[in-house]
Amino acid sequence: MMSVPIEHGFVLVALLWAIGLVGLLSRKNTLFMLMSMEIMLNAGALAFILAGSLWQQADGQVIYILILSIAAAEVGLGLALLIRLRQHIGDLNIDKLDEMKG
Amino acid sequence: MHDLLFLVPLFPLVSSIVLLLLAGRLSPMLVALLGVGSMGLAAILTLLIGIEFMDMGGESFQQVLFNWLPIAGASLNFGLHLDQLSLVMMGVITGVGWMIHWYAAAYMFGDKDVQRFFVYMNLFVFAMLMLVLGDSLVLLYLGWEGVGLCSFLLIGFWQHKADNVVAAKKAFIVTRVGDTAMMIGLLILFSEFGSLHINTIVESTVQVSQSNLWLACILLVGGAVGKSAQLPLQTWLPDAMAGPTPVSALIHAATMVTAGVYLIARMHPLFLQVEGILNIVAWIGALTLVLAGIAALAQSDIKRILAYSTMSQIGYMFLGLGALAFDAAIFHLMTHAFFKALLFLTAGSIILKMHHQQDIFKMGGLFRSLPLTSTFLLIGLLALVAFPGSSGFFSKEAILAATYEAHTAGPTLWWIGVLGAFLTSLYSFRLLFIVCFGPANHDLKEADYKPSSQFVVPLLPLVTLAVIGGFISLDFSLVFGPAHHPHLPLWIEWMPVAVALVGFILAWVLYFPRRSMQPSDGVISRFCRDGLGFDWLYERLFSKPLQLFARINKSDVIDHFYHFVGWFNFSLNEILVISQNGKLRWYLFGTLAGCALMLGGLLWWR
Amino acid sequence: MVALSFLIWIPLILGACAWASEKKFSGSGNWITLISLFGLLIFSIYLGSGATSSLSWEWFARFNIHFALLFDGLALLLVTLTIALAMLAVMVSWNDIEKHRGFFHFNLMFSVAGIIGVFLAADLFLFFLFWEVMLLPMTALILIWGHEGRRYAALKFFIFTQVSSLLMLVAIIALALHHQSQTGELSFNLGELQQLVIPENMQFWLMLGFFIAFAVKLPMVPFHSWLPDAHTQAPTAGSVLLAGILLKTGAYGLIRIVLPLFPSATMEFAPVAVTLGVVSIIYGAVMAYSQTDFKRLVAYSSISHMGFVLLALFSWHEVALQGAILTIVAHGISSAALFSMAGMIQHRIHSRELGKMGGMWASAPKMATVTLIFVMAGIGMPGMANFNGELLTLLGSYQQFPVQTIVASLAIIGSAIYGLHLFQRAFQGPPNVDVVDLHMRELVFTSLLVVALIYFGLQPHIVLELSSETISSLLQTAGEVRP
Repeated sequence: MMSVPIEHGFVLVALLWAIGLVGLLSRKNTLFMLMSMEIMLNAGALAFILAGSLWQQADGQVIYILILSIAAAEVGLGLALLIRLRQHIGDLNIDKLDEMKG
Repeated sequence: MHDLLFLVPLFPLVSSIVLLLLAGRLSPMLVALLGVGSMGLAAILTLLIGIEFMDMGGESFQQVLFNWLPIAGASLNFGLHLDQLSLVMMGVITGVGWMIHWYAAAYMFGDKDVQRFFVYMNLFVFAMLMLVLGDSLVLLYLGWEGVGLCSFLLIGFWQHKADNVVAAKKAFIVTRVGDTAMMIGLLILFSEFGSLHINTIVESTVQVSQSNLWLACILLVGGAVGKSAQLPLQTWLPDAMAGPTPVSALIHAATMVTAGVYLIARMHPLFLQVEGILNIVAWIGALTLVLAGIAALAQSDIKRILAYSTMSQIGYMFLGLGALAFDAAIFHLMTHAFFKALLFLTAGSIILKMHHQQDIFKMGGLFRSLPLTSTFLLIGLLALVAFPGSSGFFSKEAILAATYEAHTAGPTLWWIGVLGAFLTSLYSFRLLFIVCFGPANHDLKEADYKPSSQFVVPLLPLVTLAVIGGFISLDFSLVFGPAHHPHLPLWIEWMPVAVALVGFILAWVLYFPRRSMQPSDGVISRFCRDGLGFDWLYERLFSKPLQLFARINKSDVIDHFYHFVGWFNFSLNEILVISQNGKLRWYLFGTLAGCALMLGGLLWWR
Repeated sequence: MVALSFLIWIPLILGACAWASEKKFSGSGNWITLISLFGLLIFSIYLGSGATSSLSWEWFARFNIHFALLFDGLALLLVTLTIALAMLAVMVSWNDIEKHRGFFHFNLMFSVAGIIGVFLAADLFLFFLFWEVMLLPMTALILIWGHEGRRYAALKFFIFTQVSSLLMLVAIIALALHHQSQTGELSFNLGELQQLVIPENMQFWLMLGFFIAFAVKLPMVPFHSWLPDAHTQAPTAGSVLLAGILLKTGAYGLIRIVLPLFPSATMEFAPVAVTLGVVSIIYGAVMAYSQTDFKRLVAYSSISHMGFVLLALFSWHEVALQGAILTIVAHGISSAALFSMAGMIQHRIHSRELGKMGGMWASAPKMATVTLIFVMAGIGMPGMANFNGELLTLLGSYQQFPVQTIVASLAIIGSAIYGLHLFQRAFQGPPNVDVVDLHMRELVFTSLLVVALIYFGLQPHIVLELSSETISSLLQTAGEVRP
């Protein structure tokens, strides 16, 4: 089996993170912002897996489980807020939430 | 008796305070009794003290009342100093003052504010007495400012008329300019002599720099000029005639305006130490007396004529002081008080009779309608023009004679004095002829005004003194040194009488009313009537610029700096607040950009 | 002695009592405040009539800060003046306050406590504390019970004082640290700091820090802009306290702190300070003439008078220092009196504009007479207290700074101009408005003010005796620096 250099993995992490970031910044729909944040979280988790494999320790995969659970909790909360948002302003455009200005 | 000296100013002061506190609760009779009675007491006491003083040889007498200002190293007392000079002044103030108060009680009888009137009049007399009796320059200054205050209150007595209010303000402010000069003079004297006690300064043997002393003296002259309405601070006196006529008689003829003369006479040892000051004083007097004489010729208000006449006569007093004839100057001060008070009070009677008409061109023929009053007027004017034998004759002669001989004055100034005598005669007889002779320009009947003895009785002593006052010999030897009687050629001694005669004849020719007289209205007449342009000048130089600045800077230019600071902060806020637009994505971007910058910066500087 | 601190607690507690009782019995607040102030007056005179008393409790031991009070002649003089003016303030606004009456009295007493604290403090930290504390109730007074422009005025007043106090705080801390570098321990105590030797350069900057704080309070041109607005918009009681005593805390600070602690720096700085003082005198007088608002005119005249104090203090001459103290007391009385009159007039005709007044003598002769006396006092009529202060100031400062003093004496003309303008526009001339004359209560306290002015005009000895200790110690300090 040909081994993949670890750097490629980190490049993938960086790319994924950047994609998530761009998505977060450029999207107005809150649902898509949440999805982009998921991608960013997963990129971070991937980084930990890679690190775990690098150091030949199981800790990386343990952190991965932790991150996943946090992501799940966050999504649960986020989606709940999303529903309240939808009820409050009628759609999911985050730019409409700008009353705390000035 | 000497110990009772403090009672002389105290009587009028107490009367003034009592009249003030019991405002509105005393009957007019009681008010008059208190106001006039206190003056009477003061006058009688002055007489008694004076007699005793003369008997004891005229040595000066001090009476310290209490410690006033414990200035470090130069403690000042509230003390009285009696010598021949202050005795004469005191006599004039209380004596003539008593007569004027008596007359005023009758003059102001119907006025609803008569109580307030006597509060001011009595307070004035108190202040004037403090001025002449004070043993320190600060006490003199207290009297000085006090008479200024009372003069202000009395000129503006009928204060519902805006014109009177303006005249009062003018008087106060113009004299205050002089007062400031005097204050600066006091500062210099204090720094040089270490004390403001008059005797200490005058008898001091401390070496003082000539330039400082000259400055101090010229500033004192500045103060004197303001109070005595001489050039260049003379503009307030004619307008001060807005006050009731007894006020004009007391303040603007007999007493307050002579305060400047008193000041210079009192401080004469200082003036003698400095070169040239007395020459300046003489010139001021000479110029004023001519200027005032010219202005008097163009007036049509009887009181303004007398006001300019006063200005002119005080010019004579200044001339006398400048000619080292201090005793002659004070002698003229005394005789002037007699006949000028007489003239003003007589004018008051005329004005009342004419129903508050003051324009001489609306009078005429008063010798027929008011013979007694006209006679008084004649006597007063004869004294004014120095008719031989009258009191004014002796005093004016003394001054002019001294002027001719003095090394600080001299023939030039003497000729100016003679010119002044000519002008005096001219305007006096002009006044007499237009008012007392000729057809009546009015249509008032005699029955409108009941002559009261109260208007005549107080004038009788004044008439007597105007006639025989010249024979009172005043001994100032312990104050001014032995009297100096110049011996001059006869033509010099009689020249003033001659020009007075010429003036009489010229007045007869020009002004004797053969037909109805009209005031002349040419440009020159108007220029002279308006005080020879001084009012116009001062308004352009001082009043208008100050008012302009006041209008422009009302909102305070310095405040604008602080408004700018406030404005700047608000603007900054408005700019920065744009970044707080409430949009989440902006904030996120901002955070990330900041992080990127910081990381970049860190990495770059590594 | 412990009793000294009562001078500060008692007004606070009694003020709270007045607040509480006003809620129950409407109108009782006035009486409680008046009586308690009167009691406080007696108490303070009793405390001060003996020798100088002092008090020192440990407070923040770590920084060597003590709750230290010192009650000498000068402090007695000013504390008495404070309480007397506070009584005047209560009497003037007896019927003036409509809303939150209890809170008003509390604020009044709180101010009194703060101001007394300033005059008593002998520890710089405590001084600063009270300096800030006296600001708060005054701002509240302006903000809550003031007139139409009160928000602007209160804010301006607050910011000006705070910014300048900040500089003072920096200077205090620097001073304490310097003490530490010299002796090894921090000290905020005035007495200890006076023993300190401070190098010239540092002395100048430290002095400047304090000077600016006091110059803003005094006030001195160009830091004076807060005063016209604050005085005009404050309620009558506020104006009386502000003009009568708050301004004097600036002068007091100069006498107590700046002059003794930094003698050589002040002497170096003197020409500048004196010139600025003279500028204040003249500018204040000219500005007063431009005003058409009664209170604003009197406010600018206060600036002019306090310029004299600055002139006197920085001349470092015994006679001038006497004049400074006399001016402080005299101006306190006359300025408070004029503001009371302004308040009474405003209460009657609901306006401060001179244009709306005119010829009021006809309908209110008593008010006119009393106001005339106050105006005459203010413009330096001899026989009244202000003249003594002005005269001694001029006599003393002339010895050191003749040119500036001569310019300052032009204020004699200037004050006549604005004084007459004020009086004549309001009371003389054709009657424009009818006002009710003085009530008995008003007649009582205005007569007391008149008597006070004339008394101190003829017998200023008490004032000079009480402050003689302070003046002689100042001169001693001066003598050490400039023999």
